[in-house]
Amino acid sequence: MRLVTTNLTFAEVQPRLREVVDTLFRTVPAGVGSKGFLQASVPQFKQIMEEGVRWAVDNGYGWEDDLQNTEGSGKIEWADASKVSDKAISRGINQLGTLGSGNHYLEVQVAHATNIFDEKYARACGITKPDQVVIMVHCGSRGFGHQIGTDYLKIFEDAMRRYSITVPDRELSCAPFSSKEGQDYYGAMACAANMAFTNRQVIMHRIREAFSKVFGRSAEELEMNLVYDVAHNIAKVEKYKIDGSWKEVVVHRKGSTRAFGPGNQELSSRYQEIGQPVIIGGSMETGSYLLAGTKKAEEETFGSTAHGSGRTMSRAQAKREVRGDQLQKAMEKRGIYVKAVSMPGLAEEAGLAYKDIDEVIDTLDRAGISKKVVALKPVGNVKG
Amino acid sequence: MAKKYRFFDDIATADAAFEAYGKDLPELFTNSALATFSVMAELKRVAPKIKKEIALQNPSTDGLLFDFIQELIYLKDADYMLFSKFTVQIAGGNLAATAYGEHINPKKHQLLTDVKAMTLHMYSVQRTKSGWKAFIILDT
Repeated sequence: MRLVTTNLTFAEVQPRLREVVDTLFRTVPAGVGSKGFLQASVPQFKQIMEEGVRWAVDNGYGWEDDLQNTEGSGKIEWADASKVSDKAISRGINQLGTLGSGNHYLEVQVAHATNIFDEKYARACGITKPDQVVIMVHCGSRGFGHQIGTDYLKIFEDAMRRYSITVPDRELSCAPFSSKEGQDYYGAMACAANMAFTNRQVIMHRIREAFSKVFGRSAEELEMNLVYDVAHNIAKVEKYKIDGSWKEVVVHRKGSTRAFGPGNQELSSRYQEIGQPVIIGGSMETGSYLLAGTKKAEEETFGSTAHGSGRTMSRAQAKREVRGDQLQKAMEKRGIYVKAVSMPGLAEEAGLAYKDIDEVIDTLDRAGISKKVVALKPVGNVKG
Repeated sequence: MAKKYRFFDDIATADAAFEAYGKDLPELFTNSALATFSVMAELKRVAPKIKKEIALQNPSTDGLLFDFIQELIYLKDADYMLFSKFTVQIAGGNLAATAYGEHINPKKHQLLTDVKAMTLHMYSVQRTKSGWKAFIILDT
């Protein structure tokens, strides 16, 4: 999940909103089987797996500052490309710069002054003027990470027999962390995370180009700075105080996201004192949120918080409730311009299929595991 | 005509759960594959023009079906393929199949939701009175 600012207000963007979204729709491919603009060679793709965003910045797809605004500087150190199958590589190599489908999206949003709950923190993130326009990107490592998952699901099934491990559901396939299989997977999974960071980085590069083209100013002039990029699906070794003593544990954040508080040494200097930005997706109709990580999250939830509002309705049910083309028109009337590859796919993502994001965020805020900063309202959306 | 597959809406709200049926294993594998691609596109718009040969080996039947579905998902991304017709032969843990389809074309095919992986969550392959059935949840 990634959030980028602009110094444009909604009044400036509104007259050209269609042009912005149409340009984004053309330059950031979405949907089943989409190909990216970036044609990496296998050696380059291996570099991306191990170096992450550093590769993108060195190759002209970003700014030096983007690194410090990405979780772990956009590079997981223990990534080991030799632990990734050729199959995963050939599945993922053409997907850099693509959005995917399902709940993945690219959204143009507005930070209305009335929706700012923590002005000081918002200011530190670069949200400084009323009705400022920002862009949010939700996507991951695409088929690449899934192929790694599938490969290791099978390796772990064999390993479990050898280590005499039984689990209640086969999808919980696992291996001891310190075993060869466990360590191999840890190195391969990090490659998927680095590809995901790089994918969002490359997409942001295209977003900067699109805005620059439409508004006739450079991305630097438009102050299209990265607020933060945080993984929504990862496992990492971290240290926590458990029953009075410090222990190293593997924290799996699946359907959750990191929410480190002020003072955490892992954070770059920009967020060291104020805590990590947390980006939580709602729905394309109701909006999303920027929050801040807290000390309490580190004490109570292993430095983690929710990653999205969550569905209440199946995809099929949503399609029975609403038709994609009708939804698109209704949203446009309400001031949200949507471009989607798939109309049935759009219907599946209707706001009514999701929990009330405001309630979800209030719960997190009250529980103290992340602090509400600003509610972001959608005005333009690209979907797979 | 016997039902090929049936989707269950509320087992996994963010994913796609279905049961596939077959009088024998080749039909079960074919119908599981059809169900998988029906999540991604309107099958009737996918012409069986390009052939991909698939050969897999797995001593367990459920392992072989898992490998088959995963191979098709892999070909979807690696070769940009959608499939709408299958012929499958299975003997002694060996699968030889031909998948027929065409390259993904958003203008021609009504694209739906991408399938990222087959999961093992609640996965089962069972014999029934009339043949076989499989329960599969796809990660979408």
